[in-house]
Amino acid sequence: MGKVKFISGDDAFAEGIRLARPQVVSAYPITPQTIVVERLSDMVEDQSLKSEFIHVESEHSALSCAIGASSVGARAFTATSSQGLLYMAEGLPYAAGGRFPIVMMNANRATALPWNIYGDQRDSVSQLDCGWIQVYVEDAQESLDMALMSYYIAEHPSVRVPVMVNLDGFVLTHTYEAVDIPEAKLADEFLPPYVSDNKMDLENPKNMAFSVGPADNQEFHLLHHKAMLRVADVVNEADTRFQSIFGRSHGGMVEGYRTEDAEYVLITVGSITGLAREVVDELRSQGVRAGVLKLRFLRPFPSQQIAEALVNSIEQGSAEVGSVVQAVGTLEKDISFGYEGTIYTNVNSALIKEDVHVPSYNFIGGLGGRDISKEDIRKCFSHMIGKEKDKIVWIGLGVEDDVR
Amino acid sequence: MSDRITAKNITDNEFFYGHKACAGCGGSLAVRMALKVLGERTFIALPAGCMSAVGFNFPQLCFSNNAIISTFAGTGSIITGIEAGARALGLKDYHVLGMAGDGGTADIGIQALSGAIDRNDRVIYICYDNEAYMNTGIQKSGLTPFGAKTTTTPAGKHIHGNVKNKKNMFEIVAAHGIPYAATASIAYMDDFIEKVRKASQVDGPSYIHVIAPCPTGWGIPADRTIEAAKEMVDCGLWYLAEYYDDEFHLNRDPNEFTSVSDYLKSQGRFKHLSDEDIALIEQGRDKKWEKIRAWN
Ligand SMILES: Cc1ncc(C[n+]2csc(CCOP(=O)(O)OP(=O)(O)O)c2C)c(N)n1
Ligand code: SF4
Ligand SMILES: [Mg+2]
Repeated sequence: MGKVKFISGDDAFAEGIRLARPQVVSAYPITPQTIVVERLSDMVEDQSLKSEFIHVESEHSALSCAIGASSVGARAFTATSSQGLLYMAEGLPYAAGGRFPIVMMNANRATALPWNIYGDQRDSVSQLDCGWIQVYVEDAQESLDMALMSYYIAEHPSVRVPVMVNLDGFVLTHTYEAVDIPEAKLADEFLPPYVSDNKMDLENPKNMAFSVGPADNQEFHLLHHKAMLRVADVVNEADTRFQSIFGRSHGGMVEGYRTEDAEYVLITVGSITGLAREVVDELRSQGVRAGVLKLRFLRPFPSQQIAEALVNSIEQGSAEVGSVVQAVGTLEKDISFGYEGTIYTNVNSALIKEDVHVPSYNFIGGLGGRDISKEDIRKCFSHMIGKEKDKIVWIGLGVEDDVR
Repeated sequence: MSDRITAKNITDNEFFYGHKACAGCGGSLAVRMALKVLGERTFIALPAGCMSAVGFNFPQLCFSNNAIISTFAGTGSIITGIEAGARALGLKDYHVLGMAGDGGTADIGIQALSGAIDRNDRVIYICYDNEAYMNTGIQKSGLTPFGAKTTTTPAGKHIHGNVKNKKNMFEIVAAHGIPYAATASIAYMDDFIEKVRKASQVDGPSYIHVIAPCPTGWGIPADRTIEAAKEMVDCGLWYLAEYYDDEFHLNRDPNEFTSVSDYLKSQGRFKHLSDEDIALIEQGRDKKWEKIRAWN
């Protein structure tokens, strides 16, 4: 065991990065990510982190610099949020298509307009198609651990895809928790140095980040896609390895809570999961078979794992053939204007593909940092239990309105 | 200086060949010559623009040294990253070069370039200036000269081509207090080569702005590229200079300029200019030279 510190999610992430020893750090400050950048510059100053800390003049340059560093085989880190993520957006498919295993922390924050510095997930969800692996962590400990584990996953020879680790703005980035900080020696044992031939090399020169015309272009994307499809196995491998070294596990692509025999399952992403579990316990004590399924990854999307978690309840909860699940709800801090929450779209597609046919609801809330209360979550469950007609429901609205 | 590189002793090695640039392309000559000076242990980054478009078409990859395309805006920051990564990994004896067009330098990439200079990164940045966005089909850039016809500054009855003068990138860069900056022309090759060599020895950022005519965009025959580049200097619309030790140095101060009108009229992009337009351009030149002659 290392030592326990009482720190914020941002601090915890920075501690994880110190352990991961990136050779180049390039990031530009933006609330609520700023603390990470400040901590890392302190660590470089006190030499507990031996990195080149680059004072970039924008997020576009932060990622471009990380791409440059990775292109010569260096381990690179960047961090951003919201407007910053969108400002660097051009570099996202660039880094992913170039198969540069950069790790980025993104503090989930609303996107302007209207301006708002608080948490929602519209920034990262808007970038689901950019080719990065996307992880959403729940607490400060998982933040630290995923900082380390993300490099293992990104740099894995069968993956080589960058990872974006998402922390809910303020709720996680600025909330203080007791966090176990592993010993550097163990971190080194967990994470081997980055070795790759996907780099420019003085002894073996390469041309990189080139153009590929219609004759070969699709094949490059297929290779990238296949690498993404191998991520789930590598996540399990990383977690098992992590557990054997640190005695702690964060699970795989999804994490179920009391889903084994659940009739009503609420799907969550990120830090809201804790509150949802409390509501589930409450409902269970009232005899309602409720459960929560947390999606840890949105890319690659855990279709099979979602279906398995729901189908589990057939085998364990009931002798009958057919799922005992009566309804599924997706709670998300996102809206694709004119349609529905994008995570819901993804969940529905997964359910259809995996032949799980159950009523599916979308609960949209928490936009621009709006609090999601226990009462809101209770309402999500009662909406599912009541088999209400409206499939897409905005929760926690301050005005009476039927958004239909 | 004995280590001076000249046409006589420059390497026969080629680092940029088999590319698809038009015949007579000035930009590709600038890239080729810069790499001959810097050698095989050079990491070159080129953003979107003609040079990356003609040189990196998989599987026909045209650099024999390490080379990468950067985002259009990101030349300054990708070379920072390459340099930082190489330094962190303990690599020795190498150069990091960014080579961007006028648009990639003076417009979309100016922020990242400014950042790289501000950080004092040990990188060489060369702007090959062909005075328009050539790769997308000759649109106006911040370095398109007054009067030039481009596909976005048409020459018609109401407007005679571009209504703005070129930004002065050389002086913008110098205003950062950069250790070394220079202007050059592919027609004065020895001068350009020597400036690249000097840049390579700077322990910090360096910048060279080299005029590299584009026959396609300028409306000149493919065999007039060098002449056009030479005339531009000789008629005084471009000047060869350096900036170091916090001072400007004019390298070439002709007693007499050749004809501005001849320079302009030999190019399709200026064909439409009236005598008044040309007189305005001459006035601008004279005003500029009053200032730069005061440097020496
Ligand atoms: C972000 C972005 N915007 C626009 C483009 C389209 N684009 C590619 S090259 C280019 C012009 C390049 O002009 P310049 O830098 O002068 O180089 P040249 O082609 O003249 O050599 C443009 C506008 C792009 N690739 N990326
Ligand atoms: S259009 Fe001009 S700059 Fe581009 S390749 Fe042709 S000659 Fe060179
Ligand atoms: Mg140009």
